Amino acid sequence: MHPSLPRIALSFAFALALAAAPAHARTFRYADQGDVLSMDPHMFNEAVQLSFTANMYEGLTGRGKKLETEPLLATDWKQTSPTVWRFSLRRDAKFHDGTPFTADDVIFSLERARSEGSDVKMYVGAVKEIRKIDTHTVDIVTHDPFPILPSMLTTWYIMSKTWCEKNGALRPVDVRKGTENYASTHANGTGPFMLKSREPGVRTVLLPNPNWWGKPEHNVTEAVFMPVANAATRVAALISGEIEMMEPVPLQDIPRIQGNPELKVMQGLEARIIFLGMDQKRDELLFSNVKGKNPFKDKRVRQAFYQAIDIEAIKSRIMRGTSVPTALMVASMVNGYSPELDKRLHYDPEAAKKLLAQAGYPDGFEVGMNCPNDRYVNDAEICQAVAAMLARIGIKASLVAETKAIFFPKILRRDTSFYMLGWTPATLDSHNALFALMATPGEGGQGQFNLGAYSNPRLDELVTRIASENNAAKRNALIAEAFKIHADDIGHLPLHVQPLIWGMKKNVEMAQLANNFIQLKWVVMK
Amino acid sequence: MRGARAWDSDLLYSFRRSPVTVVAAGLTLLCVGGALFAPWIAPHNPFDLASVNLLDAFTPPAWSPRGNAAYLLGTDNQGRDMLSAILYGARISLAVGVAAVLFSMVLGVSLGLLSGYLGGPVDALLMRIADVQLSFPAILIALLIDGVAHVALPREWRSSMAMYVLVFSIGISGWVQYARTVRGSTLVEKSKEYVQAARVIGRHPAAIMWHHLLPNVMGPVLVIATIHLATAIVTEATLSFLGVGMPPTTPSLGTLISAGNNFLFSGEWWIAVFPGTALVVLVLSVNLLGDWLRDALNPKLR
Repeated sequence: MHPSLPRIALSFAFALALAAAPAHARTFRYADQGDVLSMDPHMFNEAVQLSFTANMYEGLTGRGKKLETEPLLATDWKQTSPTVWRFSLRRDAKFHDGTPFTADDVIFSLERARSEGSDVKMYVGAVKEIRKIDTHTVDIVTHDPFPILPSMLTTWYIMSKTWCEKNGALRPVDVRKGTENYASTHANGTGPFMLKSREPGVRTVLLPNPNWWGKPEHNVTEAVFMPVANAATRVAALISGEIEMMEPVPLQDIPRIQGNPELKVMQGLEARIIFLGMDQKRDELLFSNVKGKNPFKDKRVRQAFYQAIDIEAIKSRIMRGTSVPTALMVASMVNGYSPELDKRLHYDPEAAKKLLAQAGYPDGFEVGMNCPNDRYVNDAEICQAVAAMLARIGIKASLVAETKAIFFPKILRRDTSFYMLGWTPATLDSHNALFALMATPGEGGQGQFNLGAYSNPRLDELVTRIASENNAAKRNALIAEAFKIHADDIGHLPLHVQPLIWGMKKNVEMAQLANNFIQLKWVVMK
Repeated sequence: MRGARAWDSDLLYSFRRSPVTVVAAGLTLLCVGGALFAPWIAPHNPFDLASVNLLDAFTPPAWSPRGNAAYLLGTDNQGRDMLSAILYGARISLAVGVAAVLFSMVLGVSLGLLSGYLGGPVDALLMRIADVQLSFPAILIALLIDGVAHVALPREWRSSMAMYVLVFSIGISGWVQYARTVRGSTLVEKSKEYVQAARVIGRHPAAIMWHHLLPNVMGPVLVIATIHLATAIVTEATLSFLGVGMPPTTPSLGTLISAGNNFLFSGEWWIAVFPGTALVVLVLSVNLLGDWLRDALNPKLR
């Protein structure tokens, strides 16, 4: 449950924001459950943050409406050697303050993105250095051959060197720790929108950039972003016409919005899978009544858990038919996904009980379970249902469902035995999921989110080979092999691909990106 | 005959003469009985996860077309039987309510007696504290204490301690009423001859307060306690509704209403409406009983 006071405060702030918003035909007001923390595009690696700042800042590459990698500040690129990429830069791009965009800004942005305080280091982690060839050409050198570099760079945004130097914003600072600098509250990018005003926690107003290099597809004259934490308040604001668009729509409110002649629901799949992980490293679980050994080290126990979960029931009742059950750790829009491998072990509580008995737990055991309750679609409800399903095979899962601010630090400390996590590979490539979720935790972010420390040396070897394999067919074969190893080991318990549900007025047309980016440049209001 | 005498007593006479009170008493008995005997009369055990079937989630009440006779009042979003959840929930609500009232009463009556009997600086100090607390709404104080306790307690203890925290925070927010009333009565009583006599023969002040004053100031306290019980149940429900009370795995009536609130506009009305109705009936009947007791014990209204 949320604490109630912030909620009330937010509704007040929201009401004030609405009262102050001028009625304008082409004003696009939209609400999300959380605020953008900072205007700094390097400060926080999170979808809402990267999505919002992408309206003002651009990378060398970006994503099209189908998530394909497309040129933005680079007009084209080619590999001149396995580790060197030549990018030609856009000559007609200018920052919002009028200074032209050059190779110096690219080199500066690399340094800034990997400086202390940056949360987007992983997007430039493969880059060794950037060499300036002339003012509009750079060579990007990678440590190892890195075939998906252009895709990796889509969430690395370019900032103006002179602007950052002038305003003392050479490094990103973490506003969550109470520090702010000029770039936290101001923005100066090359993108299609410019920052007009910023009131943290209340509203952020953007205006179109008249000097943008591209030809605008949108017809928005002003965009207002508001955080509204309470889902019911968000739905009410949409129904009463006070906002044009909001997300996420609570599943139970979909029919209500669809039934309203003024509104519509845009529903798709997010490139995010939801799964459960198990501590397979410790010799004794932190939260269990089994002492002296770790039951999750036994594959039969993991398989019993897997087969005890009735994923179709979760889909039909908790997700109201909107989710897609998955056997893989990536969704279908991610490169490397293969439908042949996406076959779940069937639901069979009797078989699960037998497996538990064979593993030496005929009466089951107790285990602590950690879940967020405000991060993924119906996350706590899913965990509650899983706990009930496990109870039928004799496993007593004591569920602790908490707000994300408490949940994430705890499980990232690996202070858990059994946990829920969701994952969208930012690169939309399977390597990201294999590297972060399935490889043995190690150097350079490897296995950083493999919180149960599942480990198979053969998979680790494949992950390393996938990173530098340039041949697409060979690469996909390696990915498939790695997925197969992980599935055979039952390294994690994949659940489903979660839905992406936006509610908006009928007259709004926009592109729904599977990475849940809301791009104002594709909003058309009729 | 003792029974006949009791039947003809003033109290029971006024009880028999008031149909509203009889109905209220009946409903209270029904609620309390249902709560007390929940494990034996509830068709399902909502706390036993193994018996919950997710595929039964969102079953409407038995009399509607898609209803299932096994679930008289339908099921919630996890497939738990609403009727059983309400019976078990009322059990928690009542337990928290009664414990909080007892806590308030013990604290308030003791402080009131001390304050009234000792007078002077003790009285001044206690009554100023009471004044300060009275200037805040009780729910705000309960919310504050509950919130602080949530942060202060280690996370592992939070759900197991939730009930005690609730009892403490609701109890501490209600002691002032008792203290004020008892202090007033004590001031009146302590100047009477029997108290002076007890003092003259040298009884210890504590004994005077306990043996002589307490029995004579308890009448109004019982009336306050009955009415406070209703308030305490509502406060518990409010706190749970706001998400700082009982956890969703062991729901009280307030937690059930809070969970159902999400589905109120999407057609699954029974998840919020039935626990809500149960809460209204429980609180209303307890309140009516309290009102009757107040009138019946007040000689001026006879």
